[in-house]
Amino acid sequence: MKTLKTLLAAALVSVASFAALPASAQDPSPAMYAEALAGKRVMLVPMAMGFDLAQGWAAILKHEVDAFGGVFETRDPNWSVEAGAQAITEAIASDQKPDVLIVMSPDLNSYSKLMKRAQDAGIYVLLIDNPANFKADAFIGSDWTQLGRLEAEAVVKGCGEGSSKKIGLVQGDQVNATSLYQYAGIMEVLDKTPGFEVVAKPDSNWDATTSRNVTATMLQQNPDICGIIDFWDGDATGAAAAIRDAGKQDQVFLVTTGGGEKAADCDMIENGTYGAVVMTELAQESYNMVTIIKYLLQSGQPAGTSSPFIYTLLKATTKADLKPDSCWDLKALQAMAGE
Amino acid sequence: MGGNAWTILRSLNQERIVLVVAVLIFGAAVIALPGFFTSANLISIVRSISVLGILALGMSVVIIGRGIDLSMVAVMAMSIAWYLQLLGDGMTEHSALLLVLGGVLAIGLLNGILVAYAEVPAIFVTLASGSFVFGYVRSQLITSDAVPVPTGHWVELLGGLRLAGIPVEVYLFAVLSGAVFLFLRFTKWGRYVYYAGDNPVAARNIGIPVRPMLVLRYVLSALIAFAAGLLTAASLHSINTRIVNSTLLYDIVLVAVIGGIGLAGGKGGVRNVLVGAALIGIMLNAMTIIDISLLYQNLIKSTILLFAIIIDGLLNPRDEQTAQQGDI
Repeated sequence: MKTLKTLLAAALVSVASFAALPASAQDPSPAMYAEALAGKRVMLVPMAMGFDLAQGWAAILKHEVDAFGGVFETRDPNWSVEAGAQAITEAIASDQKPDVLIVMSPDLNSYSKLMKRAQDAGIYVLLIDNPANFKADAFIGSDWTQLGRLEAEAVVKGCGEGSSKKIGLVQGDQVNATSLYQYAGIMEVLDKTPGFEVVAKPDSNWDATTSRNVTATMLQQNPDICGIIDFWDGDATGAAAAIRDAGKQDQVFLVTTGGGEKAADCDMIENGTYGAVVMTELAQESYNMVTIIKYLLQSGQPAGTSSPFIYTLLKATTKADLKPDSCWDLKALQAMAGE
Repeated sequence: MGGNAWTILRSLNQERIVLVVAVLIFGAAVIALPGFFTSANLISIVRSISVLGILALGMSVVIIGRGIDLSMVAVMAMSIAWYLQLLGDGMTEHSALLLVLGGVLAIGLLNGILVAYAEVPAIFVTLASGSFVFGYVRSQLITSDAVPVPTGHWVELLGGLRLAGIPVEVYLFAVLSGAVFLFLRFTKWGRYVYYAGDNPVAARNIGIPVRPMLVLRYVLSALIAFAAGLLTAASLHSINTRIVNSTLLYDIVLVAVIGGIGLAGGKGGVRNVLVGAALIGIMLNAMTIIDISLLYQNLIKSTILLFAIIIDGLLNPRDEQTAQQGDI
């Protein structure tokens, strides 16, 4: 942010010094800003449009892109890797191709070549939330290893000193970078914390029913588990159901991660379903995208020039530090975007 | 001697093979896995396959009648998601339930009428109607993938219901199994399902109302799918429509086929579903206890399905007299 501001300020000063000032002092910058941004097309291709993060991003992006006179579009692959690939391919090939393509990649490699093709076609590619093997014009999202570390720290704290120190993990799958990096971060902390061990680490395949079944089995095999980390709040309702069924709400500290939507996260912390949730600051993350989009469209640099990582601040929230503004409300955001 | 062994081998139909395999895996797990043979774990095995088993019951009735219903998972997830969305939007209990039941019936009727009267192959009709249900409900009727159960609603209470420590879906699975068994075994219309599945033309010639009954079967499977959706939401306190993209649909077919219900129709019953569900339940539970990763679980599951289909093909060859284009 600071560098950006300095850059913009520098540009402003140089422009101001060259331009002959008219009689009534008029700031030429807004005109330049408008010229660079008006009519520019921004396209968001998340893994699906149906979940809280994507809807939150879309609401804020639409609000901002509309405000600078651009065109904002979304594509909904509905969790299908092929449909997402097709959306990107069509975007590259279309007559009115987007100026900025925002992609949430389903795994490390599937879209790498496609995104390179988009860059070669002069489209700025922003990679969001899920890392991929590709030099995007910016990666905006979470540092998933750090996210795992925070989850592990939360579960260690939730279990406490006198506990069994036995932890269960409900992983997502074995291909998604968010699952793999999260696991690495968790293990890094748990390995360094004496006494703590992971007793089981099944996959949920991001499905709540599977999460419930594996957690039920895990709790039966290890009745003294003190904490469970489920890798996504989208399926952690299943792990929570298994804990509830076993009557172990007071015994097992459930940690998960999510986009910080009120109904999905804060309400669940409030009613004790989740012990802690490592939340993404969605609004901050979306405005980071907006800033980078505005910067890139004015920079004049070719796509693929640089590839910075803009990590969003992460924080483990528990009932103790739950505040009215800890979460964002999807309905309020959608109202703002006029949807 | 040789003749004797051959007789034994011939008597091993698929259901018995699968039962033997299930018992073997069960025995091995009892010996090798501490904590497997406990009442809590056994209950959790039955529970984990209850919803799957219920769906497989509905699917079996359709398959025995020489059809298939690929729209079941979509109907299950989307009907309950719509129901919860309506409740969340403040609609009264009765009108929401009636509206959704109406929708479920309509899809069942649509499937049945297209298969029975328009004579479109079931696999295409239900594939399309499943996609339609998902697409329409997801885009027009609900606002996001996951729809929560309103706090304090009876669906939430249903999920916490226990009788003698056993979750309610186990009872419902048992009751539905019994009901479908009685229907198929002892009612006239139940017997007709076999006749129509075995040889639709002959069944029609002797005066069985083949077409209306076909419609009835698809309506039944849609209603059963709705019940399964209710149970899922009851347990999880929400429904995530992403389940439509999961392998659940194949698991349903797996349970039915692996238990020995021939895809060519006219064969099998509730017992086959129970045997198939038992094998899948024991296997998944044991694999989770051993901590086998999901990739390998799917590999093992699909290998077993492949074997079941091959054995099914050998033991229940297609009836060339009655087979027709479009049969599964």
